[in-house]
Amino acid sequence: MARLSVREAISAALREEMYRDERVFIMGEEIGKWGGTYAVTRGFLDEFGEKRVRDTPIAEGVIVGAGVGAAIAGLRPVAELMTINFAFLALDQIVNHAAKLHYMFNGNIRVPMVIRTVGGGGRQLGATHSQTPDVVFAHFPGLKVVAPGTPADAKGLLKSAIRDDDPVFFIEHATLYQVKGEVPDDEDYLVPIGVSDVKREGQDVTIVSYSKMLQVSLEAADKLAGEGISAEIVDLRTLRPLDVKPIIESVKKTNRLVVVEEGWRSFGIGAEVSSRVTELAFDYLDAPVRRVAQAEVPLPYNRRLEQMALPQADDIIAAVKDVMYLR
Amino acid sequence: MARALTEKSAELYAEGKIGGFLHLYIGEEAIAVGSCKALGDDDHLLTAYRDHGWAIARGLDAGAVMAELLGKATGVSGGKGGSMHLASAERNYWGGHAIVGGHLPLATGVGLAVRYEEKPDAVLCVLGEGTTNIGYFHESMNLAAIWKLPVVFLVENNQYGMGTEVGRASALTNIYEKGCAYGIENRQYNGQDVIETYEVMSEALAYARQEGPVLLEAITYRYVGHSMGDPERYRTKAEIELWRERDPLCRVEDKMTGEGAATFDEFTRLQQEVAAEVDAITKFAEESPEPEDAALWEHIYVNPIGER
Repeated sequence: MARLSVREAISAALREEMYRDERVFIMGEEIGKWGGTYAVTRGFLDEFGEKRVRDTPIAEGVIVGAGVGAAIAGLRPVAELMTINFAFLALDQIVNHAAKLHYMFNGNIRVPMVIRTVGGGGRQLGATHSQTPDVVFAHFPGLKVVAPGTPADAKGLLKSAIRDDDPVFFIEHATLYQVKGEVPDDEDYLVPIGVSDVKREGQDVTIVSYSKMLQVSLEAADKLAGEGISAEIVDLRTLRPLDVKPIIESVKKTNRLVVVEEGWRSFGIGAEVSSRVTELAFDYLDAPVRRVAQAEVPLPYNRRLEQMALPQADDIIAAVKDVMYLR
Repeated sequence: MARALTEKSAELYAEGKIGGFLHLYIGEEAIAVGSCKALGDDDHLLTAYRDHGWAIARGLDAGAVMAELLGKATGVSGGKGGSMHLASAERNYWGGHAIVGGHLPLATGVGLAVRYEEKPDAVLCVLGEGTTNIGYFHESMNLAAIWKLPVVFLVENNQYGMGTEVGRASALTNIYEKGCAYGIENRQYNGQDVIETYEVMSEALAYARQEGPVLLEAITYRYVGHSMGDPERYRTKAEIELWRERDPLCRVEDKMTGEGAATFDEFTRLQQEVAAEVDAITKFAEESPEPEDAALWEHIYVNPIGER
């Protein structure tokens, strides 16, 4: 075990997989000489050389598309999109190509690639640079969508993603890179894709979340514990395929559910999770499911307004009290 | 064969046996035939959706191509791709792609893999002239140029992007000149001539292997609509007739009989053989089974993870 930040954990995962498999290479804007805009790939160019650390032009379509092509032809690319907001420029390659080719060509073509990108708000970057549109990508069969919330999961999930034979859309969070935690050193430490994880056990209420909102939920749970409320937290980790089993088990125990997401509420994670719980555990619910999400506005630049729009620990606490009829 | 199969597919479409879209290649066959003759077995091919002729020329089984058009389990994509999504991993034919321009980045990536693994192969990426106005064209040409990737981008300029003639859609009507913007070798040639196609393509592939990308523009024409059901209000019958006089099949027949390389009777016999083969593959395709219900859920992922 080592105490690493999310940044160091992701860096370690990439480095280990590049040493393990010659076919793994990274490509993207400013990942080489610059070292990555979030410094994840700092030093990689010197370590691995220009062949395997490829700075690209600002051209998201061909960054992802060339990754798909290289994957088809037998390599294992990790294509980086500087932020998830720019992924919209590559949306056609992601959904019409990466996610479709294996099925459409009846299994004759494989696309073993990872698209790494960074989402989330809270850094005063304005409406076009602060989005959390994770659900958009989770909508499409054929793609696996992963969004870790701790250093250990970041490392283990990225290594699994690189070793997976399917295209994986890997969403990091801009404000999680500094978060530290214990991470196994083992070079074969893998966290399975498609498995949700109970991050905190509790009795009174279930909070479902992932990525940055996992950390905010943990903070809320600490405060709730001070008031004698015991919250169980389920971390989704993977959005597609969605693993609801731990959620159902938890709801059967607590009978109350709050779903927390950083993106907008409409057609979101909360809508999906709450719908599945209604289908599978309706009789166990003692209160309507509550969703905590971003205010339905393009995120503003002003710090106070931005924080007003983003879900906070206090919003989660209020929602928990609602489902417990304590307000 | 490419033409005979295509003409037959038009009949089957009219009978309602082929669904979806069907984009015919009639009039443009010399490009696929000449180009595929120049491609080596280990070279790679990616095309757009007007792909029947290319699939045949690349050596895919004609019966499996026809079966795919009919959506049968014996089709090249198991009936799940359809007419626009023919492919064969064995023949390094990475598809038939139906999003205009979407396969250009893919071809660039295949070229990257070839260079990465230090192989001597080349990639042929076939596109229509309408595709040269889309962002992917410029992103792909630029990346292929800076990384010196072994990709030949071949534009089949059949004069119309659906119903819009070149001059109304493209600021440059000599499409090959767009290569200049990226310092890419470029050339225009007569796509109705199968021998010229073969020679130009052989030279371009050799250059791509050694140096880097090439942009070729084959001047051609499709005699029929963009796809089945095209009302063709955008062009005259006289124009179509003019191009029919430049038909690539007649052209090769005239040339070979003129030079004494083949006789008229031999061509007639060849046409009869092809007609018989088309009858046979049509019978095979029509008698082939539908995909099983279970096929609906197969190949979404290589490693499926059950949702729990």
